[in-house]
Amino acid sequence: MISSTSETILSIENLHASVEDQEILHGVNLVVKEGEIHAIMGRNGSGKSTLSKVIAGHPSYKIESGSIQFKGKNILELEPEERARIGIFLGFQYPVEIPGVSNLEFLRVATNSRRKELLKSELDTFQFEDLVKDRLKIVEMNPAFLERSVNEGFSGGEKKRNEILQMALLEPIISILDETDSGLDIDALRIVASGINRLSQPNSATILITHYQRLLNEITPDFVHIMADGKIIKTGNKELAIDLEKSGYDFIDKNTKEKERAK
Amino acid sequence: MTQSNTVEEIVSQPYKYGFITEIETEKIPKGLNEDVIRLISTKKNEPEFLLKFRLRAYEQWLKMKEPDWSGLTYSKVDYQDLVYFAAPKQDIKKKSLDEVDPKLLETFEKLGIPLSEQKRLSNVAVDAVFDSVSIATTYKEKLAEHGVIFCSISEAISEYPDLIEKYMGTVVPINDNFFAALNSAVFSDGSFVYIPKGVECPMELSSYFRINSGDTGQFERTLIIAEESSSVSYLEGCTAPMFDTNTLHAAVVELVALDNASIKYSTVQNWYAGNEEGVGGIYNFVTKRGECRGKKSKISWSQVETGSAITWKYPSCVLQGDNSIGEFYSIALTNNCQKADTGTKMIHIGKNTKSKIVSKGISAGQSKNSYRGLVSISPNAEGARNYSQCDSMLIGDKASANTYPYIQSKQPQSNIEHEASTCRISEDQLFYLQSRGIDFEESVSMLVSGFCSDVFNELPMEFASEADKLLALKLEGSVG
Repeated sequence: MISSTSETILSIENLHASVEDQEILHGVNLVVKEGEIHAIMGRNGSGKSTLSKVIAGHPSYKIESGSIQFKGKNILELEPEERARIGIFLGFQYPVEIPGVSNLEFLRVATNSRRKELLKSELDTFQFEDLVKDRLKIVEMNPAFLERSVNEGFSGGEKKRNEILQMALLEPIISILDETDSGLDIDALRIVASGINRLSQPNSATILITHYQRLLNEITPDFVHIMADGKIIKTGNKELAIDLEKSGYDFIDKNTKEKERAK
Repeated sequence: MTQSNTVEEIVSQPYKYGFITEIETEKIPKGLNEDVIRLISTKKNEPEFLLKFRLRAYEQWLKMKEPDWSGLTYSKVDYQDLVYFAAPKQDIKKKSLDEVDPKLLETFEKLGIPLSEQKRLSNVAVDAVFDSVSIATTYKEKLAEHGVIFCSISEAISEYPDLIEKYMGTVVPINDNFFAALNSAVFSDGSFVYIPKGVECPMELSSYFRINSGDTGQFERTLIIAEESSSVSYLEGCTAPMFDTNTLHAAVVELVALDNASIKYSTVQNWYAGNEEGVGGIYNFVTKRGECRGKKSKISWSQVETGSAITWKYPSCVLQGDNSIGEFYSIALTNNCQKADTGTKMIHIGKNTKSKIVSKGISAGQSKNSYRGLVSISPNAEGARNYSQCDSMLIGDKASANTYPYIQSKQPQSNIEHEASTCRISEDQLFYLQSRGIDFEESVSMLVSGFCSDVFNELPMEFASEADKLLALKLEGSVG
């Protein structure tokens, strides 16, 4: 397990958030420390993706109450780009296609904005090409993808690899990967998972949002949280994910109902 | 959503080129009549045939009515309240750049068009037009070695009257339309290009038009002739100071391509667009047309239209020669109260003629942006083909975009394809870029550039990055 002296990266307290006047998150609490890998599981519509977008600062979601702190600093007032620059990374479930914008140029601009924050020098086209070709190996991607428009015409698996490539370039402190495993075949899953493992650092952390145990066979989580109805209702270790896989979400429902009755 | 408001704010960028050059100007009195036309012709020392040309045009113009079919509304121009000739006072017959008023050189330098020998662009020859006259043309001697003529139209009229007489008014007849007739009567200067047989023009040619006086109409005239198996790429740029009155710009551009010749004509138009309430700005009422007279000839128009209060123009191709090709690539960005009604006409006359239209309209603020185009296939144009693609992007919820494609085909063996789309800047795309650390502003301009990339790819290299910067500039500003 993780030592208690390690620094807290992300701390979410009693977070309520809504979209179009409908509350989706009803009081989420979560603490993520350096070196930790967390998995968040739960049914469709339980609020997992909303949580990830709220952390990244999506403008459609309104924070009703509660707080999100990154390294002890309130981030609710920060723009999405500011959150990205200080090291918060969201790997999208459905990465959008951006026609006409070169993937290479997009990756370069993004990388440089993070480097600027880290007080590193900006990379010109040639320097960046060296860097990106090196990082491409992590996700076993063909350099031809750099010449195409961002995600345009990429298969599901290629889009997800492109997300992990971005993670490799931006070197975030916390990565929230929203269903990165969905739509991947066995080989792609292995490549993506090994990429995530290679990129994890003692001073960074990862939150995996997933439906399936199979990703957790490749990446071992320190904590598994179950979300339902906009809250984290149960936290355990990787055994919890295995139980869940065996018995389905009904088992959670039963558990919670019993708990409520006991109260 | 506040997002769209902020997008609107950032597309509102102050106009960078709105300064006025303080220079002593020689102007003739306001108003238009036969004497004024004679006066312009005398001032320019023109041959008799040209005076006659002007007078014939004037006679036609008097009989014509200002058109109103476009649906554009604007306060009518008082043609008697305009000055038809304005020129910076200086020795008209300047022999070299050293004799040009330094203030003028400074003006062009401020606009990013350095003319002096040390600073001028290395691979682009420039003809700089200030109000009614051409100030200077660079690289003339170098071009002359290849037999290429590049000079002001005034100079061409006195030096090469035969070419002028042979070609002027043959593509855009003097009575073509109201504004073309007016231009033919009073045009003051513009550029002339002649590429001899078999010559590939060794450098890009470029004209830069600057309106400085507030009450002067600008009526420039451009004529480009590409002889058999020759080719040329020509660029045109425009800016004007900010005045709260509307200034009329009614140019005529004629292109002639003979057998196997190719002309590429690119425009970056950034005339003053008026303020946020729509006061002031240029009326850009221009007639541009090219004739592919020869077999296998090719004319390609590309334009980036960002300025003017109102833009009303349709660079067109008459595809006369068999197997000739016409192309039109356009980006039109309108903001605030700007209106643009622009597009092209592709007239297929010869056999197996081909045309391609790619139009990208971006409307922000309360602006109106219309694509209007005609594809016409005559009975003899067997095997003619056209492909048109018209895409519109809306920013905010007060802007509008329209597409009016007119298709007339009298030839069953022809093939016409038309695709059109309208989209908004998508919040998901913006968020994606922002969540990678890219500024909101930069994200918007990236999305707009991406939307326009098909057209950028058609612009000459140096110009493409300039046009991209210009769009970014228009889209830049403080994020609210």
